[in-house]
Amino acid sequence: MAAEAPARPRARPPRGGRGGLRHRLAERGVDRVLLLLLPAVLIVGVLFLYPMMYGVGLSLRPKDGGGLLGNYTAFFGDAYQRGTIGNTLRLAVPAALINVGASVPIAYRLRGRFRGRRLLTAVLVLPVTLGTVLVADGLLRYLGPRGWLNRLLLDAGLIDQPIRLIYNYWGVLLSLIITGFPFAFLLVLAYLSGIDPTLERAAATLGAGPWQRARRVTLPLLAPGLATTFVLAFVLAFSVFPSANLVGEPAGETRVMAIAAYQAAFEKYDYSMASTIAVLMGVFELLVISFTLFLRGRLYAGPAMGGKGS
Amino acid sequence: MTAVSFMASRRRALAGWAVWGCVAFFLLNLAALILSVVVNSFGTTWFSGWLPQGFTTAWYADAWKEFALGEVLQVTLGVTLAVVALSLLLGVPAAYALARRDFPGKRLVLLLLLLPVLLPPITYGIPLATVLYKFHLAGTMTGVVAANLVPALPFVVLVMTPFVEQIDANVESAARMCGARTRQVFSRVLVPLLMPGILAAGILVLVRTVAMFELTFLVADADSQTLIVALYSAAFTPGIRAAQAIDAMAVIYMALSAVLLVVALLFVNPTQIVAQVKEATAE
Repeated sequence: MAAEAPARPRARPPRGGRGGLRHRLAERGVDRVLLLLLPAVLIVGVLFLYPMMYGVGLSLRPKDGGGLLGNYTAFFGDAYQRGTIGNTLRLAVPAALINVGASVPIAYRLRGRFRGRRLLTAVLVLPVTLGTVLVADGLLRYLGPRGWLNRLLLDAGLIDQPIRLIYNYWGVLLSLIITGFPFAFLLVLAYLSGIDPTLERAAATLGAGPWQRARRVTLPLLAPGLATTFVLAFVLAFSVFPSANLVGEPAGETRVMAIAAYQAAFEKYDYSMASTIAVLMGVFELLVISFTLFLRGRLYAGPAMGGKGS
Repeated sequence: MTAVSFMASRRRALAGWAVWGCVAFFLLNLAALILSVVVNSFGTTWFSGWLPQGFTTAWYADAWKEFALGEVLQVTLGVTLAVVALSLLLGVPAAYALARRDFPGKRLVLLLLLLPVLLPPITYGIPLATVLYKFHLAGTMTGVVAANLVPALPFVVLVMTPFVEQIDANVESAARMCGARTRQVFSRVLVPLLMPGILAAGILVLVRTVAMFELTFLVADADSQTLIVALYSAAFTPGIRAAQAIDAMAVIYMALSAVLLVVALLFVNPTQIVAQVKEATAE
């Protein structure tokens, strides 16, 4: 990797001056190649870091006065606003857990080679292309009181009146599962394919049954990948903005933090409060991620690639 | 076969069928859900009953005209291609530097690049929109491209770094020995070797940008909105437009992104990208 850098350093011992400094820097990996990094870091700095800092600063300058933490105390003091934290977590955590949890057995079955494997994978991944609006519209039509599902259940005599699955928590959760599952599934399948199958065969030779093999060999090896997948699925579900508005109850049960932030910014033009909510969103999201990574650290069971080497 | 192992294999087969049963149930409902939108987009009126009273393609013509889909598609294409080109142009050299050098502060740079991928777009989208409004860039194509670059550029760097790591540095040294200058090493040696990775990253950024709702929604106005934002705006203000026309537009969006995904799947095996990342970190 760094074969170039230490190629010549000993020939001319650094003796101070410009050439010497350059050599000493090169030994630590600092040379002109790093200039290639500069544009990307600059762009991310200007378009991400600066706005974030600006946002944090803005959140500390409340529109209506009230001290540095005025916005934060206002947010936590208002039960309607404070409730958005719970609403968001109540949607994002189960959605991510369900998506990752359902992916494991399906990916497990899809690992081997059999006819139609590629087709089935493609069918399971294709919902990515639906877009939240089509999913939302579809949920409203299909699950609505006069939709096909309720009609079918009514005609079959299973229910007396239509079940309510839209304009509430369940609609949003279903939408998050439909749009989030393909991502989770793809990642889990990838991580599972990365586990060396000889490890399982070795366990079978030692007399482990299929259930034991899954529980004692495959799952521990998969754990780090599952944690990563959960984090990414959670990030995806955490900003449920469009579906919470379209199939949820945006004034009540599914008033998530993203809606609160959007309303503050573009309906009340209180950019200071909006930044406050955005900052809090980031904080709560990173808290869940750190907790997941902490758990992953405790579960980690060694590299999944076995002794493949070559 | 003993009784115990017979029971065990029976149970395993049963578990297998249970999983397939759940998958089939999920897919059946999903198909019905999509079909209900497609049927509605072709229906004349559909108040009650299993199917609409008649069928027509007029809603598609309506959607195309009313939502100015021609223009919207043009904007979508322009924004997406600009984001793909810029993120590759800036991201590939950065990935090269990250893969080849160990320097003080590398972890900090990695953290800076990881955060835009790990934070939900709304969290940085709102401060970013505020800043862009301050500099009068919001509502312009520049602003929309800039906002979409925030998650795309780190994504390219993170995907490309393991690809660069897989190329033996000796190949570059050999090219230099033969008298190639830095520019030539890049254009004649590295870029051709990296082409599969560049293609993969580019296509994934393309698919992601077409689907990126929040950032574009926060910084775009009527003239600079992409298809997904136009679709959401139409769906969110019901009553003004016919529901069937909105469904027609949703079907158009689905068709477009399905084509993109199929093209992407032809070039990229998405499971391989993670595996490559994994091998690189496992070392």
